[in-house]
This record gives sequence, C-alpha cells and structure tokens, in this order.
Amino acid sequence: MTTAAVRSGHKPATMAQALGRALRDAMADDPSVHVLGEDVGALGGVFRVTDGLAKEFGEDRCTDTPLAEAGILGAAVGMAMYGLRPVVEMQFDAFAYPAFEQLISHVSRMRNRTRGAVPMPVTVRVPYGGGIGGVEHHSDSSEAYYMATPGLHVVAPATVADAYGLLRAAIASDDPVIFLEPKRLYWSKDHWDAAHPETVPGIGRAVVRRPGSSATLITYGPSLPVCMEAAEAAVAEGWDLEVVDLRSLVPFDEETVCASVRRTGRAVVVHESAGFGGPGGEIAARVTERCFHHLEAPVLRVAGFDIPYPPPMLEQHHLPGVDRVLDAVARLQWESQWTSAGHEGGAR
Amino acid sequence: MTVLEQPGSYRPAPPPAWQPRTDPAPLLPDAEPYRLLGTDAAAGLDPALLKRLYGQLVRGRRYNGQATALTRQGRLAVYPSSTGQEACQVAAGLVLEERDWLFPSYRDTLATVVRGLDPVQALTLLRGDWHTGYDPHEHRIAPLCTPLATQLPHAVGLAHAARLKGDDVVALAMVGDGGTSEGDFHEALNFAAVWKAPVVFFVQNNGFAISVPLAKQTAAPSFAHKAVGYGMPGRLVDGNDAAAVHEVLSEAVRRARGGAGPTLVEAVTYRIDAHTNADDATRYRADSEIEAWRAHDPIDLLERELTGRKLIDEAGMRAEREAAERLAADLRERMNQDPALDPMDLFTHVYAEQTAQLREQADRLRAELAAAGESATQEGAQR
Repeated sequence: MTTAAVRSGHKPATMAQALGRALRDAMADDPSVHVLGEDVGALGGVFRVTDGLAKEFGEDRCTDTPLAEAGILGAAVGMAMYGLRPVVEMQFDAFAYPAFEQLISHVSRMRNRTRGAVPMPVTVRVPYGGGIGGVEHHSDSSEAYYMATPGLHVVAPATVADAYGLLRAAIASDDPVIFLEPKRLYWSKDHWDAAHPETVPGIGRAVVRRPGSSATLITYGPSLPVCMEAAEAAVAEGWDLEVVDLRSLVPFDEETVCASVRRTGRAVVVHESAGFGGPGGEIAARVTERCFHHLEAPVLRVAGFDIPYPPPMLEQHHLPGVDRVLDAVARLQWESQWTSAGHEGGAR
Repeated sequence: MTVLEQPGSYRPAPPPAWQPRTDPAPLLPDAEPYRLLGTDAAAGLDPALLKRLYGQLVRGRRYNGQATALTRQGRLAVYPSSTGQEACQVAAGLVLEERDWLFPSYRDTLATVVRGLDPVQALTLLRGDWHTGYDPHEHRIAPLCTPLATQLPHAVGLAHAARLKGDDVVALAMVGDGGTSEGDFHEALNFAAVWKAPVVFFVQNNGFAISVPLAKQTAAPSFAHKAVGYGMPGRLVDGNDAAAVHEVLSEAVRRARGGAGPTLVEAVTYRIDAHTNADDATRYRADSEIEAWRAHDPIDLLERELTGRKLIDEAGMRAEREAAERLAADLRERMNQDPALDPMDLFTHVYAEQTAQLREQADRLRAELAAAGESATQEGAQR
C-alpha cells in the first residue's frame, strides 16, 4: 500500500506491533487503562500483541486472569463501574462465546439501563477470522453476532496504521467497542511511522482505499487485501473498481458508502463471515434503500459459505478470494450500460 | 536386561513436592447454621442494634406486603417478594459503609431500601418505566440484576479496581440458591479468591428457584461448603436470625476490608411467598412446609428476644408498626401516580454519541408521536 510513510522511508511494522504500541501508548497516557486476559502477561498474548506491557506497567495494569471469559468480561464491567478503562483480550474469536451473556446483558446495556450514569468504556479485543491454518474454533468470523447487539461498537482494522489509530480510538471511547483483529493480517507489514503514529478522529468513518468509477467493493478487515488485489486484477478486464474500507461496522458510515455507490452505480459487499444473516445482507439492504435509483445492478455479496468454519486443509475453498470477487463484479449487469444511457456514473 | 524387564527392581523418582495451596480446615463452615437469638450468646448483643434490626424488619415486612398489593392494582408489572427473608435483606442493607457497594439481584429491593434508596426508585424496574431507577454511583448500589449470578463478577471487578486505586471499599454481592448453579457464580468466586478481592458473596438459600427445590439444585453438603473449593472461608448462618446474619456479614465485611479476601456466606431461609405474583406455588410445595417456616419467622424471633429482655414493650412495637404503615401509605400514594414517560428516552442513552441510524429512528418515532398527537387533537375537536 502506498502511503506517505513509504515515501518518508519509515521502517516496516506488523499489525501486531502497531496494536501493541497502541496499547502501550494508551496505558502510558491514561493510568485508568488496564489490560486483562489469558496469557497477556509474561507471554505477551498468544499473538504477542501485549508483549512487554506487564514488564513496563506491572501486573496490576496488565493482568493474567484465570481462564474464564465470562469472568474476565464480568470483572471488566465492575472495573469500568469504578472508573477504570479495561481492555480485555479474548484469546480467539470462538473463545469469546462464554462471555456473550456478560457482553449482551450487561456491557451493551449498562449505559442505557442507567440513563447514562454508568457508561462502559470497555474495549474487547478479539483476534478473529480465518486463513491462518487454525484448527477448529480458531478461525470464526463472529462480527454478525456483535453487530446484532445494540449498544456495542464493532470495529475491524485492515491496515497497520488503522490498527494503531482505531485501537487508540476504541480505548478512548466511552462506549464498549468490539475490536476485531484480523488474525491473518497480524504479520502483514507496512511502512509506518512508529515515532508519530497516525490517529483517527474517532470510530465510525469508512475510507476509500482505491478510487474507481466502474463499481464499488465494500469490505473491511481481512477482506480488504483481497479486494485491493481484485481491483488491480480488474483493470485488465476494463473495470476501474473503487474499494471502500468500512473500518467500523457499528457505527456504519452510510454517507461514505452511499456516496461511492451513487458515483459508480454498482456494488459488491465482500466479507469472510457467512453470507446468510451476515453483515453483507444489512449493508446491501441499506445501499439498495438509499441508492436504488443510482443502481445499475442488484447489490451482490461475496461471503464465506453458510457452513461451520472448515478444517484448515479445506479453508481455501471457503474464504472469498480474488476470483470470487471478480466473478461477482462480472455479474453486475454490465450490458445494461447500453440501455441506461445518461446515467451519471453508469456507462463507460 | 533393562530395568523394565526386572519386576520389582524399578523405583520411580518421587514426584515433585505437592502441598495444598491453603489449609482447608479453617475454611469449612460450621456443621449447623449459626444462631444468636434465643441462645445464651444473645445476652451480649447491643440492644440498640437489636431494636434497629427490629424496626427495619417490621418495615420490611410491610414493604413486601405493599409491593405485592401494588401488583394486584396493576401498579407494578411484577414483584418478587422477599417475605420471610427480611432478616437477610435488612442485614445486607445495614452492614456496609457508605463508600461500600451493594450488588443486589431482582429479589433484593428491600436491601436497597434499607441501605437508603427511595422505594419508588428501587421499584422502577418492576414498575417498568425504566430499567434502573437510580444513579448507582449516588448510593453505591449496582443496578438490580435479573440474569442470575451475572452481577457477581461485577462485584469482584469493582472491588478489585477499588483496591488497585488504594480505596477502602468492600463489595457485598447477593445471589440466591438457584444462582449458585450458574457459571458466573463459579467464575466470580474463583476470580475473587485468586485476586483476594474485598468481596462478600451472600447466598440467600430460600429453598426454591421458582419451583425447583434445593435437592434438584445441588448435591453439596451446603452452599457454604463450596467456598472451600475456591480457597475462601464459608459461613453458614440461620437466615431468619437477623442478629446472626448481621454479625456474620459484618465479620465477612471486616475480613474483606482488612485485606484477607472474600468470604462466602450462606443464609438458610425460606421464600414464604410464591416466586412472584405471577407464580402459583401450590403446584410444587405443600402448605405444611410453609407453616413450619412461619413458626421460625424472623420478626417473631427478634420480637421474643426483645420482649424477653424487656427491651421493647407493646407501645414500642406498635410505634414500629405505625411507622411501617406510614411508609407503606407513602409508597402507595406515590406509586399510584402515573410515572412521567418520554418515548424519546429510548434513543438517548444507547451510546454516548447517537449514531446516524439512531438519529433517523428517533426522528421517525418523533414524527409518529406528533402525528398521533395531531389526530388526537382533531378527534377531540370533532367531539
């Protein structure tokens, strides 16, 4: 990815390093920030994101807890009630499920239940998604569950810079944030100015990663690199694809998404989680409701199959790849450009 | 020949040394629930405390009766009564300092009232005009918790946070016998013991989880025994003996405050009323069982102690009953007024900053309300 950082010659960093740096800076800036989870101390987390935090800030600030996710999140609720800003690590996507009752019945509702008297500034970091050769229960894309719970924010970074910026914003938020860390991007590298890391103005803003005019690919998290690659490959087919990185599923940045679709007239939503009942359905419905008269074709979805996450030796058949994205683009009724002449963004 | 082929010749190295992390003996509860009233030990009790407990018990019983009556009048959506459990409720409401925190379940509104909460605010959840009717920080009372035992880890987290900040704060968390079967009960007790958090877990064993009796809930010798497995002391107390519950809880609070960690207290009591006004207890228990517990009533127990020691006379008891009547009349009067409702509140507190989607939905509801208001005005004009 070409950024100002590349031109300025900063050293490459991984997403895991940027996340760790965000935690470190947040803890240094605000003594109320506490990290807790399984193996986050001496080990530095199974993905090493919390590496060095216990050493630098002490075990009271970066705490290895007993192995119990409901207990971890439940304790975080009490800590937040007492004015702390807990950052919880759930070791893997599918290991976060025991904490669902705390999340749904308390974390998401406490502010509303108490008319704002008890906010929940809790960040729940969830290493999520597949593509890392993980055995069962290590590759789930669980964002739809979280999205379906009012009161939560749901965020997924796709770049090294966003990993830092969005995590800082999540920790600073006075509301609970589900922070989905795409596991297969943990070791993705980008030139990144670690001395002056970029921040984001807040959560809830999408960004256009690649401007284009033929159609819009709407995506987030682990599917962004897939879409960027698809967009480059599409050039040979004569398609100039725009890629929108949502960054945040809740709040959903309708403005940026709809502005793009109104310009291009066509859209494909791409994500790894199951299609049925997945984020793509909500996004496609919204885009259709808001941009109907600008659309040249139905909004399509490219998603994971509606199956339990496959074993590692079969996962490549499940994960949406470049070809599947291009196939969807090809189905966007390009012949209609001859019958709808005059559409501001349709014909090419 | 190898050593394995020579039977009897192989001596394995001794395993790495093992010892229990803590001596289990001092953690074990007494064989019988601890009692004070009617025993010789009661003579040493502070008369002022006993009279205070008595006054609160009488008010508490009247409060339970009044709240139940309000369900019949349609003023409360539902009321889970603590009739018969007033000794537990009163003691829990009295043992904490102002800076401490109480974590009640939905059956514990009386404890919150004893702690100083306005009963109308305590009953907001059950009236249904909002979920929590008070500012938890103002009274250091967490929201009444409906999902069983899920408030227990909150108490642990809060107490832990307070200790990290260097504050002298204890959390008292209330749960029923049914709630002890939930996973959060286990996780909370384990976290509290590992963290040595200043928490008191208070199990009111009232015999039933809605209809399911104790025998179907646990095979443990007592709930207090469960403490041993976590490495904290378990205390078993007669839950209808207000003086004993007050003493045991006070000791546990003192212990937590002193940095010795959590305690699990089980109070053996009985739910005299049905689960709620919507429940029919005749389907699952015999009247004779209820009568046996009525004969061990918390108010009677304390009244006998007080009159036997001539600490209260008939006039004094009448004065307490009259005070309880006044509180009930005040509650009745205020609950008979319709609460002020603003439908737009539905959108106000979901997030610190309203999302674009919620702003749109709020606008839609506002428009619906305006239209409904207009048509009501027009109907009025036509009549």
